[in-house]
Amino acid sequence: MPRMRRKIADRVQGFMNDWSLPRQFAGESPYSTAAQSTQSKTLRPRLEDADTVGTSICPFCAVGCSQLVYAKKGRPIHVEGDPRSPINQGTLCPKGAGTLGLLTSPLRLNYVQYRAPHSTKWERKPLDWAMERIAQITKRTRDETFTHTLPDGSAVNHTLGIASIGGATMDNEENYLIKKFFGGGLGMVGIENQARI
Amino acid sequence: MQLWSLAHADCIVIMGSNMAENHPVGFRFVTQAKQRGATIIHVDPRFTRTSALSDTYAPIRSGTDIAFLGGIIRYILADDLWFREWVMAYTNIAAVITYKYKGPEDLEGYFSGFRDKDGCYNVENWQPAGEPEPSPLAEHHAGHHTSTTETLFGARKSHHPPPEDPTLHDPNCVYQILKRHYERYTPEAVERITGCPRDTFLRVCEALTSNSGRDRTSSFCYAVGWTHHETGVQIIRACCIIQSLLGNMGRPGGGIMALRGHCSIQGSTDIPTLYNMLPTYLPQPNAHKPHHSLKDLLEAETVPTGWWHNFPKYFVSLLKAWYGDNATPDNEFCFSYLPKLTGDHSQLPISLATCDGVTRGMFVFGQNPVVGSVNSDLIERGLAKLEWLVVRDSFETETASFWKKGRLVQRGELRPEDISTEIFLLPACAPAEKDGTLTNTGRLVQWHDKILEPVGDNRSDLWFMVHLGNRLKQLYADSTEARDRPIQALTWDYRLRGKQQEPDALQVLQEINGCTWADKKLVASFQELKDDGSTACGGWLYAGITPSADHNQARARQPDAIGMETNHRGWGFAWPSNRREMYNRASADPEGRPWSEAKRLVWWNDAEGKWDGNDVPDFVETKPPGYRPDWSKNPQGMEALAGTDPFIMVPHGRSQIFVPSGLKDGPLPVHYEPMESPIANPLYKRQVDPATKTWPRPGNEYHAPADPRFPYVFTTYRLTELHCGGLSTRAMPHTAELQPEAFVEVPPELAQEKGVAQLDWVVLSTLRGEIEVKAMITDRLRPFTIDGRTVYQIGMPWVFGWEGYARGDIANVLLAIFGDANTSIHSTKALTCNLRKGRLGGSASQPMPKTPPVKAPSGQEVLRRIDKLLADKPDRIGHDFSAATIALCAYRGALLHQTGNAAPAQKDVERMNQLNSVISVVYGTHYPIGGPKWEPLEKARERFASLIAED
Ligand code: SF4
Repeated sequence: MPRMRRKIADRVQGFMNDWSLPRQFAGESPYSTAAQSTQSKTLRPRLEDADTVGTSICPFCAVGCSQLVYAKKGRPIHVEGDPRSPINQGTLCPKGAGTLGLLTSPLRLNYVQYRAPHSTKWERKPLDWAMERIAQITKRTRDETFTHTLPDGSAVNHTLGIASIGGATMDNEENYLIKKFFGGGLGMVGIENQARI
Repeated sequence: MQLWSLAHADCIVIMGSNMAENHPVGFRFVTQAKQRGATIIHVDPRFTRTSALSDTYAPIRSGTDIAFLGGIIRYILADDLWFREWVMAYTNIAAVITYKYKGPEDLEGYFSGFRDKDGCYNVENWQPAGEPEPSPLAEHHAGHHTSTTETLFGARKSHHPPPEDPTLHDPNCVYQILKRHYERYTPEAVERITGCPRDTFLRVCEALTSNSGRDRTSSFCYAVGWTHHETGVQIIRACCIIQSLLGNMGRPGGGIMALRGHCSIQGSTDIPTLYNMLPTYLPQPNAHKPHHSLKDLLEAETVPTGWWHNFPKYFVSLLKAWYGDNATPDNEFCFSYLPKLTGDHSQLPISLATCDGVTRGMFVFGQNPVVGSVNSDLIERGLAKLEWLVVRDSFETETASFWKKGRLVQRGELRPEDISTEIFLLPACAPAEKDGTLTNTGRLVQWHDKILEPVGDNRSDLWFMVHLGNRLKQLYADSTEARDRPIQALTWDYRLRGKQQEPDALQVLQEINGCTWADKKLVASFQELKDDGSTACGGWLYAGITPSADHNQARARQPDAIGMETNHRGWGFAWPSNRREMYNRASADPEGRPWSEAKRLVWWNDAEGKWDGNDVPDFVETKPPGYRPDWSKNPQGMEALAGTDPFIMVPHGRSQIFVPSGLKDGPLPVHYEPMESPIANPLYKRQVDPATKTWPRPGNEYHAPADPRFPYVFTTYRLTELHCGGLSTRAMPHTAELQPEAFVEVPPELAQEKGVAQLDWVVLSTLRGEIEVKAMITDRLRPFTIDGRTVYQIGMPWVFGWEGYARGDIANVLLAIFGDANTSIHSTKALTCNLRKGRLGGSASQPMPKTPPVKAPSGQEVLRRIDKLLADKPDRIGHDFSAATIALCAYRGALLHQTGNAAPAQKDVERMNQLNSVISVVYGTHYPIGGPKWEPLEKARERFASLIAED
């Protein structure tokens, strides 16, 4: 058992050496050296591993906090507030600070899910297949529900048969193309997003 | 205004917002103001962290904001505390209004001009004496709902500003009208209606008025606590009146801060995925307006005076951006390709029309209506009626999984096998996985970089749109049909890059910015845009965001140096023209000098003959303060505004204390009780806003005032940790852990009455549905004494659903579909409900009646429905008002079913086209903008009769 005893003694010794309070009482600054332990000496910030860092904007509320997103091989490893931003000056609220959890959540969808009419389950389908099918049914529904002129002769060039909702969580460029293609191309008028509601 | 401007306020009133919890980082500027000595006030039904950090907390019953704000207006006028110099120069306080105007004090809660027949106002009765005044925002012109007003504004001949009485003695001048209007909003009335103690109310008035004027400014902050009422627009209007009377607009630390919700909710309003607008506040043409040709539209919608006079340049440049070389002067720049409205196609009517069978396919982008829209069960019923549904999100939302886990399926109303909706769930990128811009709540557009590689099938929505567009363009490439020309003509040449063939977001942003068409040179400002087709611009207000090929101002990251902060003009791009404060001309006095050194922002530099300052001046740069229009020369546009008219988007350049046109429910805000209220309106005989958009029907019934079955006021809100209906934060491990499950906040007094202990299960019910949830008993909600009796208010976060890690019943099951007359925004803050102890349990829950399968009606049956509609011409939308729409859609459904997948014969295509045109009109009668239009319906009836006669 001496070995064991020695180990405990080592540990106590180590703890006394590491513990910051005695060193602070001894006059060392509580902000620097005295706050360090053997473990913290060997700890490295995870963003040291990053091979890329870029500026992003928090995806939640409209305050518009800037974020720095650190990545390694294209995968996110750390997200923090951008200290340069005049809006958030490096801070983030719990949602913004949790953005890494959004990017890496196990619940994220990575593949197209398809549910056939009357089916009781999802099926995984290729993206290309889904895009083609969506294009086909969009065309069919548009053609089936299109109104060129009203009975009083005035032209409307629209379809009420297809609606599109959402957009407030998306980029301006994306909203622009939705309105342009769905409205200016297909003639859809029922285009709406959370900005109204 | 910019968030950081709040730090310069001397008093901040936060009302209709729980800013500390819901815009936490924005709140740091409120904290900074407080540290500099500002007074912070929180007015809210619930004591929250915002209240805890404020100097004064004023409790009010949900839905009584106008009574409170109206009380402030009365206080300011009664004690003559308004900023006279500012108000006389910069507002329409002296304008004289027509003798036809009568206010709610004369007419038991109505303004003059109300037509019971269709529940709409004729705004002719609110015009300035002499000549009508057009609405400032082009988008709102299209909203005028009566033929009378169309002629009224169709002929905008004279340009003169409204007649004024600078002595303010004329009984019909705005000042006198305002005084009469708010006379009854006494501190005693405020206490009686809102439940806010008189002394607390007076403390708010005192703080606000003593912190406004030459040397001091006050701000208001609001969020959906104001907009989510059927009187939301008028609540904000009441605030505009206060801020105008106190001279708190366009000045540092002054203004009204709209705290908007999602990261690009401002952007999606500007570059709108909204039915009634084209990019940056241009009107979507309307079939029932004089919009038959581009010429008609420009004539009808161009205001003679003020900045909006430039409207044709912006409209034509947009057509050029969309239809490119195909858009020529000879074909009116393809104007006829733009789809026209026949009714209100906003989200609430869409939800109802989906149940009616009008909508057959739907795209959902990053929205979760099953959780976020009101009346969730009705939303689910609509989704189950769709033929197909495409959901793009990062997670499996409740909207995507309604068919297997939804409330209807769980209660046995539907089985998955019964639901024929074909559903596509496509994974969508998060911001760091794509390039693009988001516009924050202060109109600040900020670019974000693509830093991460999307995994698997994750794609940006930009990718989705470009590739879907490419495929559809191909499918329509060979068509010779006139109706397919818009798709063929649309400019759609987007560069694709990399393995995933991702489009270049910068290219799209540059299209929004605009260019000269011939040489594709980017424009640096919207002042370069022309109405002759020589320029193209996808969103005029964003012009200048990418002023040259190598300059993307949205990506600029140069804040002001510490200690030298003004407006951080080197950080991002604020529309318009990188201007940080709109209407900042008002920060200087009529002579162009800052009102005070402390509140300097822009000023007239006489030596150089131009406006200068810490911001981009919101004025014609070289127009001197002394400029006066020469009315004998018939001045147009900006020439018609004097050097002292700061509000350049308004036709006459003045802040509108009284709004003659542009609003559907009155030129001044009035206190009406919420649609569902525990009491009768103490101020007027009229109970609710008469112009409210209501759609009562089975499954969407409303509670009568003081209905004893639903005695409690119910309000909803979100949490710091969980964001809106989006599943995002519920699927994020750490935020989900912080707020793991749903709860309802109940005042201790009510809990005791009901025998409910902390964390007991309770059932909340309304005529729309029932949910079960755990009770959190808290004195953050206090019982109110309203009109002499105790009123309990309960509140629940609406952010939960059945997916993600943090779950719970959906609060919005309890809410009903009705909306603001101006915006069709839903109401989520002040309804009524019941509460009982216990759980739903199998038997306790009200089994909903199964939706009977709709049998295809015969043509004659459909015709009878339309005839009934025409015969009844119901005053307001009634219970079976949509029966004609439902019958028509069922009739169409049966026809389509017959055709199946086979290509229809040309004759059938034509028939279908005609049938659809009947649906377009009937839809517009059922979901009108303003009142229903009967003439088009008569024509539609004839069309349908001849259609079935061929059978
Ligand atoms: S960090 Fe919080 S406050 Fe900032 S934008 Fe994100 S959600 Fe809003």
